[in-house]
Amino acid sequence: MSFARYIARGELARALDDMARGRVTYAPRREGDAVVFRPRAEGEEPLLARATVPPKGVIFPQSERLFAFIREKDPNDPGHTTVRLDSTVDIEPALIFGGRPCDARGFHIFDRVYLNGPHRDPYYAARREATVVVTLACNKAGSTCFCHWTGCGPADTTGSDILLTPVGEGADAGFVAVAVTERGGAVLEAANLPEADAARSDAAQAVHAATQAALDAQSPARDLSATPARLLERFSDSDFWRDMSDKCLSCGACTYLCPTCYCFNITDENDGGDGMRGRRLRSWDNCMSSLFTREASGHNPRMGKALRLRNRVGHKFSYYPQLHEGVVSCNGCGRCITGCPVSVDIREMVVRATEANEETPNA
Amino acid sequence: MPDAITPQAGAHATTLGTGFTDNPYLPDVATVLETVQETPTIKTLRVRIDDPARMESFRFNPGQVGQLSLFGVGESTFVINSPPTRMDYLQFSIMRAGEVTAALHGLKPGDKVGVRAPLGNWFPFEDMRGKDIVFVGGGIGMAPLRTLLLYMLDNRADYGNITLLYGARTPSDMAFRDDVQEWLGRSDMQTTLTVDQAPEDWPHRAGLIPHVLLDLAPSNANSVAVLCGPPIMIKFTVEALKKLHFADEQIITTLERRMKCGIGICGRCNIGTKYVCMDGPVFTYAELRDLPNEL
Ligand SMILES: Cc1cc2nc3c(=O)[nH]c(=O)nc-3n(C[C@H](O)[C@H](O)[C@H](O)COP(=O)(O)OP(=O)(O)OC[C@H]3O[C@@H](n4cnc5c(N)ncnc54)[C@H](O)[C@@H]3O)c2cc1C
Ligand code: SF4
Ligand code: SF4
Ligand code: FES
Repeated sequence: MSFARYIARGELARALDDMARGRVTYAPRREGDAVVFRPRAEGEEPLLARATVPPKGVIFPQSERLFAFIREKDPNDPGHTTVRLDSTVDIEPALIFGGRPCDARGFHIFDRVYLNGPHRDPYYAARREATVVVTLACNKAGSTCFCHWTGCGPADTTGSDILLTPVGEGADAGFVAVAVTERGGAVLEAANLPEADAARSDAAQAVHAATQAALDAQSPARDLSATPARLLERFSDSDFWRDMSDKCLSCGACTYLCPTCYCFNITDENDGGDGMRGRRLRSWDNCMSSLFTREASGHNPRMGKALRLRNRVGHKFSYYPQLHEGVVSCNGCGRCITGCPVSVDIREMVVRATEANEETPNA
Repeated sequence: MPDAITPQAGAHATTLGTGFTDNPYLPDVATVLETVQETPTIKTLRVRIDDPARMESFRFNPGQVGQLSLFGVGESTFVINSPPTRMDYLQFSIMRAGEVTAALHGLKPGDKVGVRAPLGNWFPFEDMRGKDIVFVGGGIGMAPLRTLLLYMLDNRADYGNITLLYGARTPSDMAFRDDVQEWLGRSDMQTTLTVDQAPEDWPHRAGLIPHVLLDLAPSNANSVAVLCGPPIMIKFTVEALKKLHFADEQIITTLERRMKCGIGICGRCNIGTKYVCMDGPVFTYAELRDLPNEL
């Protein structure tokens, strides 16, 4: 089913309009210093810059309604009210354009928990099914990128429906578009594009190889297969975690910017004070917050920020891989590094946890 | 089922399924039948799920929990402390601790609540058949034990000696008064009550649970100890059981974690790779020993 089409640079807006027919397209847009995913108007020239915030909110909104409750006075017994729950949700067919492979792989990390776990999450499932992911392969490595350590890569297709690779220069600039899934194939077909010839397909391969080489030159790829066990060995090393978390402000920015962080809270909200109508919401939550595990008794298993950082790193590089066939739940996008106000660097934690143990294998 | 959540072409409103198996976040609406003020801080609610078919087919095992909610206030986790052998209602006993629990304390018969249950694992009551059982409950920790104890009393012939040690801070902090009276009078179990500070007229024991347990010195031969209570009580009770030569595999307890989804998705309740809402709340002490130390 994998086939390739060619989109000339000047044709991109038109091709996107065709691909997105009947769907809301989310594409990168500049807002102040940030590049964020926002609904795109037909004909709008999309920004090709790497977004500072991942597109995870399109499928997993920052806050969403699980259901509404409507209380009504019981006509037979006015002292009492009955409750009706309404779990109708509006889910619009959507298309995400211009995320990077690390962004798309984030959805795959979600899928394993939200779709393939013991309970399927119907809200996530409905949005995921309704959303086509059109990803832009990277032709330039950022200084904080380390996707090649984590099983991801600048042309990884995991989680994507279509992969676009920028090829050519100047007047000859364009994109090779490859359908990754059947759904992606159908969308790509609809755009009525010429086939990508062999020369252009080769050019796309060359871009992949060159970006991969640039990443390798920046930092050698690491084998993280021993990291889950190594991190567990480090579990009780409080000096290590205190040292790592010294600067951390517990602001949680790292988790909100992360394409793989998927934790949430559930809270109720009322319309007005009479409690007759309202809704149950779920909202992004994060394990860097001091209240995340606080129990009603006041006991908090992760009282200090060192313990919370240990959980964040441990979850991504140890617990998740142990539960999911070695898949690391970090895609090396580097957003938590660039977005952290005090430059806490997850790479450093992973390397030091692993290396310190390598020096003293029996420690 | 996937059909119900697949958006129809051209249709922009998608209705997600109703009922627990389809949408695990959607509670069953239930009605409070009866409330019992157990102690100044613990109130029991007996509820029935409104949908008769749902209530009829509802099955659970002793130790499983539910998310009980008051619409507009929120959801919290409580053990279903009625036994599965008595299905006229589901019983939850709630200690006032914060916002949701305070609001639940305000409910009257006829009021509506939300129930998402059953969640989590359960006591290994099958494997416990033929064994002597030592129950040790502290405070509200008596709630999960009540379920298992009543189940065992309803299947009395399947189990050996049953010993119960139930402790609370003061006599007025003891919940389940009617049950306790009955248990004290039964010849097929040994019941000991203790309070931290005993008033003059208190006919039972005084002193902390672990001390009283050492005094009672139940035999470890072919026995299982089931504990539930505040973390500090668990810690010292386990030490006491060790002194009595109980092996880690013979000690069973439940863990508390702040839970939200209850179905292993929201990521809140993990201890390493284990999710208390799915892999727990019931663990043997041997399992706990193998978890990262983050209790
Ligand atoms: C498996 C299991 C079984 C349980 N069984 C029982 C049982 O049978 N009976 C029973 O009584 N209890 C039981 N519990 C404990 C019960 O779930 C808690 O006591 C209950 O959730 C408290 O809810 P609350 O809303 O009243 O408290 P909250 O109001 O949520 O919290 C209490 C305190 O913590 C603070 N707080 C906590 N989280 C936040 C936050 N995110 N933001 C701001 N402030 C916060 C609040 O300000 C408040 O002071 C069980 C718990 C578990 C995990
Ligand atoms: S962004 Fe940086 S300071 Fe904020 S919680 Fe994350 S690591 Fe700590
Ligand atoms: S942990 Fe950091 S580098 Fe890894 S995916 Fe999340 S934001 Fe990107
Ligand atoms: S309560 Fe959500 S994962 Fe356990």
